[in-house]
Amino acid sequence: MPGITREEVAHLARLARLELKPEELDHFAGQLDDIIGAVARVSEVADQDVPPTSHPLPLTNVMRTDEVRPSLTPEQALSGAPAQEQQRFKVPQILGED
Amino acid sequence: MTDIIKLTAAETAEKIASGELTAVEVTEAHLARIEAVDEKVHAFLHVDREGALAQARAVDEKRARGEKLGPLAGVPLALKDIFTTEGVPTTVGSKILEGWIPPYDATLTKRLKAADVVILGKTNMDEFAMGSSTENSAYGPTGNPWDLTKIPGGSGGGSSAALASFQAPLAIGTDTGGSIRQPAAVTGTVGVKPTYGAVSRFGMVAFSSSLDQGGPCARTVLDAALLHEVIAGHDPLDSTSIDAPVPPVVEAARNGSVEGMRVGVVKQFRGEGYQAGVIQRFDESVELLKELGAEIVELDCPSFDLALSAYYLIAPSECSSNLARFDGLRYGLRTGDDGGHSAEEVTSLTREAGFGPEVKRRIMLGTYALSSGYYDAYYGSAQKVRTLITRDFEKAFEQVDVIVSPTTPTTAFAIGERADDPMAMYLADLCTIPTNLAGNAAMSLPCGLAPEDNLPVGLQIIAPALKDDRLYKVGAAVEAAFVEKWGHPLLEEVPSL
Repeated sequence: MPGITREEVAHLARLARLELKPEELDHFAGQLDDIIGAVARVSEVADQDVPPTSHPLPLTNVMRTDEVRPSLTPEQALSGAPAQEQQRFKVPQILGED
Repeated sequence: MTDIIKLTAAETAEKIASGELTAVEVTEAHLARIEAVDEKVHAFLHVDREGALAQARAVDEKRARGEKLGPLAGVPLALKDIFTTEGVPTTVGSKILEGWIPPYDATLTKRLKAADVVILGKTNMDEFAMGSSTENSAYGPTGNPWDLTKIPGGSGGGSSAALASFQAPLAIGTDTGGSIRQPAAVTGTVGVKPTYGAVSRFGMVAFSSSLDQGGPCARTVLDAALLHEVIAGHDPLDSTSIDAPVPPVVEAARNGSVEGMRVGVVKQFRGEGYQAGVIQRFDESVELLKELGAEIVELDCPSFDLALSAYYLIAPSECSSNLARFDGLRYGLRTGDDGGHSAEEVTSLTREAGFGPEVKRRIMLGTYALSSGYYDAYYGSAQKVRTLITRDFEKAFEQVDVIVSPTTPTTAFAIGERADDPMAMYLADLCTIPTNLAGNAAMSLPCGLAPEDNLPVGLQIIAPALKDDRLYKVGAAVEAAFVEKWGHPLLEEVPSL
């Protein structure tokens, strides 16, 4: 299995939306490499004719009847928001000014 | 006051029901204990003094009016900080939720309140339940009441330490890879991971959804059963909740017996990495089971050797997905919103500032295991191992009624000892993980102190899914025999703080 490089950790961090510090990249590269090396044994069973289990229960989609029920008030729903305005979540800009 | 805090939950409930004690007296005694010792132990992240006293007063008033009370009415409980509590902070041990006050109760919280249980506060835990030592809490580690320089287990170390230091007779934990049973083992208490789906996950902050399971923590098997009955049962708000009757756990705990039962001992649950004193106490427990009338059956479960590896691919994969919701936009921490950063940059900066190293490590591990090109080799293969482990259990339970093993390979290790070595830390959950992958039920209860360090050793009992009552039947018999042998419950030997 491939060793995990500093660049790969930086790529993973970008995918995972984590702004890692340079020293963290080196630290995690070594640790992730060790962990992946230790757990890679699972691939030993990959060729066998074994169906995967993603969940211990057979899951089915649950639908409920479309009826009006009490829910959180807008004030309650927004109570944990870092910023709010006009009864909405206020988020940082998504598009640039250009 | 000292006497009140040493009572079991069952005794406390009885004394409150008979009027010998009031719920307020009991609550005050525990709040005083918390005040006196928690600075040393750090079991609690938040003590809800006023809320607890208000609940206790309500119980006393209900009783005075002659209204029907719940089976644990007035008994104090320490709640792991992973369950939402309306109006009371919930942090999951993380900076990313510091100061967050949920506007709703988890189903488990609601059930506790409906049963008139008094919630003292929220207990310390490894951040997002990731860890085996409670050192990964953003708010500092918890000490093990047996030796404050040692870990109390994780991730529910706060809950178990609260029990072992007599700050609460009951507690709630969650178990993703052993986070109820492992802390129970190293603190000399009882912890139960019910069958997956038996206790609602609604309002329990998700780490790894296919593995996470809430459950009871207590000082006796009967107390755990009484709490199990209160919190278990179908919840329409949780699509993974099992719609089946709760097994008769309290009845089983009151009628402990192993007479005529077949008890399995798995070859793979011993060997390298196991402390000699742990194996010694485990072997004595097996002898005890024989003396009590059980038939011991040797079992071979070859896939268990791959359980740890499968777990450390599946759990991080699910966590990388579940923790995507902590984006700094809708609740919790927000960092970098100074007008100069985009939403994506604010999310990245918030997550960098809000998550600790173990959480980051697992998010990246999961991102890696799920990424294109590696998915089949890692996540896909881990899911196949999960099938093999489930099959091993199925075969085993054709031959035996329950399986026993040590709960942890070692006793509590020193705080800091494994902090920089994730693989060494992960080994703490070696014996508990197969059960989470298969979804069946398991319990840890004390089986003595290891001779080399005088620290508690846990005995794990594993039962098939939905046969949780077997855990209590066997656990109660073993507990009674040990108490008779020792002359007192193990926790009487815990040093005074």
